[in-house]
Amino acid sequence: MSETGNLNRRGFLARVASSLGALLLGGCDRLSESHWFPRILGSAEVVNKRAQSAVTRAQSMAREYTEADLSPNFKSNGTDYPNDAKYQALAANHFVDWRLEVGGLVARPARLSLAELRALPSRTQITRHDCVEGWSCIGKWKGVPLAALLDRVGPLPQARYVMFFCADPMEGAENKYYESIDLAGAYHPQTILAYEMNDHVLPIPYGAPLRLRDERQLGYKMAKYIMRIELVDSFAHIRGGRGGYWEDNGYEWYAGI
Amino acid sequence: MSSMTTPTEIPEVPAAEPHRWSYRHTRLVRVSHWINVVCMTILLMSGLQIFNAHPALYWGERSIFEHPILSLGAKQTATGEGIGVTTLFGHEFGTTGVLGLSRDGSGDLAARGFPAWATIPSQQGLAMGRRWHFFFAWLFVINGLIYALSALASGHLLRDLIPSREDLRHFGRSVWDHMRFRFPKGEAAKRYNVLQKISYFIVVFALGPLIILTGLTMSPRLDAGFPLLLDVFGGRQSARTIHFICAFTFLAFVLIHVFMVLVSGVWNNLRSMITGWYTVDQPGEPHE
Repeated sequence: MSETGNLNRRGFLARVASSLGALLLGGCDRLSESHWFPRILGSAEVVNKRAQSAVTRAQSMAREYTEADLSPNFKSNGTDYPNDAKYQALAANHFVDWRLEVGGLVARPARLSLAELRALPSRTQITRHDCVEGWSCIGKWKGVPLAALLDRVGPLPQARYVMFFCADPMEGAENKYYESIDLAGAYHPQTILAYEMNDHVLPIPYGAPLRLRDERQLGYKMAKYIMRIELVDSFAHIRGGRGGYWEDNGYEWYAGI
Repeated sequence: MSSMTTPTEIPEVPAAEPHRWSYRHTRLVRVSHWINVVCMTILLMSGLQIFNAHPALYWGERSIFEHPILSLGAKQTATGEGIGVTTLFGHEFGTTGVLGLSRDGSGDLAARGFPAWATIPSQQGLAMGRRWHFFFAWLFVINGLIYALSALASGHLLRDLIPSREDLRHFGRSVWDHMRFRFPKGEAAKRYNVLQKISYFIVVFALGPLIILTGLTMSPRLDAGFPLLLDVFGGRQSARTIHFICAFTFLAFVLIHVFMVLVSGVWNNLRSMITGWYTVDQPGEPHE
């Protein structure tokens, strides 16, 4: 083969490679923006959830660490200080007037103060917080096991999910943070409603007065600034219908990976 | 290599042969190879998208944000100009335009780890990047399992991938030949040479499992089920770092692999990975 033939061939291959690259990127972007393709990709979420539930025990415990492992600089992600007048008034008074509402599909709806929550059984755990962005921090949390609270209010048989409605507005005053977990996760021993972090009253950037800890899922499941808990049989009719603020924005409801 | 296939699978030998034809890759090897090309391309690029959500790596269980192993960021100079900065083990490198700060779809400079042309989707979008990544990760795993199990069952593994003592004796010679771009000819070209065997074996049976396991170690649910994963890899952040290194080792393998394909007879190689048929030049020998 002649030298020019070689060069032409090389140039041709380079052009093919770069065109393929452009086609790939453009194609993937167009597919990402379509209605149908992300739903096909999203089928992996169901597979992830089923596979992970199948290979791990329902009661498997997240690793617990020691005081020496605590993050010196735990990142507070998302909202640092809810831009909401009602919340700020509660915070100004150290949440003395704050009440956790627990309702929905329960036998005995309740309104509980922080003092009442502290009077319930408590659990303390040093665990790793894994953010969907990729980083991890280790913190010490004390709070009431969600199981204890559920026992108190008595979920009805048709209840399947626990919804958490929060004080922090995300996009507009009406669109506040919310999340949901299933009952199996809610009764897990490490699932607690934390009111203390690193031996101090839970600071505002970390979700005062009360936040969820669900140690086997990613950080976005662990709602901060909880105002109301509701038990439901389905969240399809609530807000965006996907069970949480980030879920309504394309993230998976199952956040175990 | 006809022993690698069932007779019904062998297409007709191309007519008018100036060379000798050899059936080099079974259908299963060919199909799984091209599925892998798609999976690995998408996994790398969606992985870089996910990495961009927090473009820094750490060692251990937790992120010590002040001391990353690697971080890609943007800074402002004294004159107010934006620059991309890559920090590796505390040493800073200017990487404006590629890492830390690069042009987005509209041509404006934006702070992001890897540039738009390297990520899926090209715009910043962690949720969509995760969707691509997990879907194609399953495809990659299933495809890899089918390939590995059938390689074991069919004898492809023992016959073609594990180097024989004879192969290993020629290791130094093979390295020297490759460095001079002299590739096996005739009968020897029909089989993988020792360097191919070793690199394919390591990629399939070491690098592949390692990148899957370190990926799974980033899952808090699996860490609860299999805390051993955390011990083996030294923590979730270490696992994330190893996962990243594996991805670029894969990329390095692919670049070398493609280069070798290009310099050792590109059309012959491509044809054999598409149709299965490979020609072997045998000057002086009568055609069959």
